[in-house]
Amino acid sequence: MTLHPMIAALRKHKAGVILIALQIALTLAIVCNAVFIIGQRIERVNRPTGLKEQDLFLVTNQWVGAPTGDDPASIQKLDALLREDLATLRALPDVASVTPVNSVPLLNSSWNGSVALKPDTALLGGKARTTYYFGDQNFIGTLGVHLIAGRDFNAGDVTNKGFRNTSEPSVIIVSKALADTLFPKGDAIGKVIYLDGSGTPSTIVGEVARIQSPATGSWAGAFVWNAVIEPIRLNANFARYAVRAKPGRLQAAMREATPALYKADPMRVLDDDSVKSFADIRAHAYRADVGMAVLMGVICVILLGVTAAGIVGLTSFWVGQRHRQIGVRRALGARKVDILHYFQMENLLIAGLGAVAGIALAVGLNLLLMKYYEMDRMPVPYVLAGVVLVLLLGQGAVFTPARRASNVPPVVATRAA
Amino acid sequence: MFGYYLDLAVRSFRRNRVLTALMVLALALGIGATITTLTILRLLSGDPLPQKSAQLFYPQLDPSPMDGYVAGQTKPPAIMTWPDAMNLLRARRARYQAAMAPVQARIVPQHANQPPYFADGLMTTADFFPMFDVPFQYGSGWTAADDDSHAAVAVIGSALNQRLFAGQNSVGKTLRIGDHDFRVIGVLKPWSPQPMFYTVAQSGRSYGEGTSIFLPLQTARANLMSPSGDIECYAAITDIKHLETAPCEWLAMWVQLDTPAAVADYKRFLDGYVHQQIALGRLKRPDDSLLDLMGVLRDQQVVPDDVRLQAYIAFGFLLICVVNTVGLLLAKCLRRSNEIGVRRALGATRRAVFAQFMVEAGIVGLAGGVLGLVFAELGLWAIRHQPAQYASLAHLDMAMFAFTFVVALTASLVAGLLPAWRACVVAPAPQLKAS
Repeated sequence: MTLHPMIAALRKHKAGVILIALQIALTLAIVCNAVFIIGQRIERVNRPTGLKEQDLFLVTNQWVGAPTGDDPASIQKLDALLREDLATLRALPDVASVTPVNSVPLLNSSWNGSVALKPDTALLGGKARTTYYFGDQNFIGTLGVHLIAGRDFNAGDVTNKGFRNTSEPSVIIVSKALADTLFPKGDAIGKVIYLDGSGTPSTIVGEVARIQSPATGSWAGAFVWNAVIEPIRLNANFARYAVRAKPGRLQAAMREATPALYKADPMRVLDDDSVKSFADIRAHAYRADVGMAVLMGVICVILLGVTAAGIVGLTSFWVGQRHRQIGVRRALGARKVDILHYFQMENLLIAGLGAVAGIALAVGLNLLLMKYYEMDRMPVPYVLAGVVLVLLLGQGAVFTPARRASNVPPVVATRAA
Repeated sequence: MFGYYLDLAVRSFRRNRVLTALMVLALALGIGATITTLTILRLLSGDPLPQKSAQLFYPQLDPSPMDGYVAGQTKPPAIMTWPDAMNLLRARRARYQAAMAPVQARIVPQHANQPPYFADGLMTTADFFPMFDVPFQYGSGWTAADDDSHAAVAVIGSALNQRLFAGQNSVGKTLRIGDHDFRVIGVLKPWSPQPMFYTVAQSGRSYGEGTSIFLPLQTARANLMSPSGDIECYAAITDIKHLETAPCEWLAMWVQLDTPAAVADYKRFLDGYVHQQIALGRLKRPDDSLLDLMGVLRDQQVVPDDVRLQAYIAFGFLLICVVNTVGLLLAKCLRRSNEIGVRRALGATRRAVFAQFMVEAGIVGLAGGVLGLVFAELGLWAIRHQPAQYASLAHLDMAMFAFTFVVALTASLVAGLLPAWRACVVAPAPQLKAS
């Protein structure tokens, strides 16, 4: 089949050709970028926190009428309450282990600062920004964080302090990302660093593979994998406990927790939100990303639908208009399949034209988004996939009208128009 | 003639039901998506105090040490230390000036069996109320003298007044906050500017219910109430309880400057203050800034990027829908070349044929607009059920309602131009001959 007559025919329908090509170009540009945004959001949502997230839940507890926690006596009283709660939770039949925590990854309640290799370094001069986790000797095991070097905390390391006390611990565990920033040679274990511009040295005794920061906002993006774990029970009039249920017993353990804590000490507030599975925390943290991905997905589907409908409409019209010419071609010996191929080829030509313009538009839109928003460069496969998609869409949309065209009987040629 | 064109349009729609439905549906989807996202964008980028925002300014300066400083690139932090805020406050160089920080006020109800609860509060100074035109239902705000004498007074919002005092005039009543008694001296009418601009740099919470209790800053601090917003420290801290002396920023400062001359004066004063403090050795960095209210909202990126992105995507979507409608209208109109030929031969002018097709396009647009409005309401309904801060505020207002129809009509008329023009240039003779 030669393209020449086809192009000559298309010249007669400039407006229609330009409209379909334009629609395909715009669709390609928007769908490519939307799918890229979806891909990025999915990647963000799927990055592992470094925790064994199954069977993990968080209890947030507020004591009523507890001391303020500003003098040593009331801190010890708060610590006694905390340890009693830990014992209560640990004694539950479906609970494997428990640790007090200040926060967990994705909770969006974080305690951040920066660490330095020298004492008394002003905060902004600190070497690395980081988030802080506080827990006891069960922190690593309960959260299921993977210890890759050094040792875990033991009971002797663990101390307690008031919430507003700014003293620093003598031993800490750091995340690999932070250790590599501070000690690029990979010999962090046994080294000393200074937390938050303090003059007290803290020795690194262990290194964990990965633990994400509680903050999910873009402001924390620069240090999302930097973490320092301190062996400290923080004492305030509220407390958080991370609890690992025995395998498969998460629901049961979560049901047991509230009544058991109330039974041990009724002077507290635990509401519906206080016992949360890690799956819920994750869903809550990423709901905006998931929402955006769903929205983009819906827009893409509708857009493709609208474009397909436009192609069906215009091609149907062309088929109607060329009814007699098709009849003449059939009468002169063209087979049904020739007519079918003609319209398919024509659509491929127009869609190809649109796709070429669409590639330029898609890349331009991506550059524009990169300039004004936190967006990466779109990889080439996305554009290529988009081109294939719109070409397939065009072929799919043109099939029905083209079939109708191929069914025009040759006898039409003999009738008056 | 218009009635006749309407009749012709309806007849033509009846002949091609599927095509017409497709056009209306595509246009409606585009319009629905655009209006939904624009409503959200407008809601989020709105001016919280339209009558006054141009006179409200936000001084900023930078107390951090020199390490890490790059001239011209380092932005001063959004909040202030206590000494700087107090110095600017006492200098009284603006018409009004107030320092503020959010606080969680633990309210202890008088009935012993009711548990205490936390209310969103604000520690601030006397000028807050006149500066922001805060409307009072009963009583009034406190005075600068009350600030200085650490008076135990409070102004409460209307919702809290409803909850605590059943909406009665509660001026003079006593309220227990934490371990101290405060006397209510003012009750506000419902007041919650959106976004909540005055603590936007501290609380990160930009939309939602208004502040429910206002306390004098010095009084609250004397009672050791801690700010619930951001506390940024630029050096190692030993005592975070006494924030007045800690190297930490935690206060927002607003001033009212009525004329451009006053703004220029104040900027000069601020520059002078910074240089004086550098000479004294208290400050190190020379940068300061004086943004106006809308400038602060832009600086704090109150409108989420995602929302802007959605609006752009929706516009692109509408564009595709319009292109689609042009194509379908064109197809429809060219199919009717015979009809046009007959009309032209019977004496219809080109103008008449053009008008006829524009009326047809306009009807498609109006139908698309009505359906688009339904889609927009659906979209906003879905957004109201999202867990976003601004969710409950997502409603279609009259302006947007009218805008929908303007957009729909414009889009469809633009879409109708090409087909209508093609129709009116149809030469009657060949069409008549062919049939």
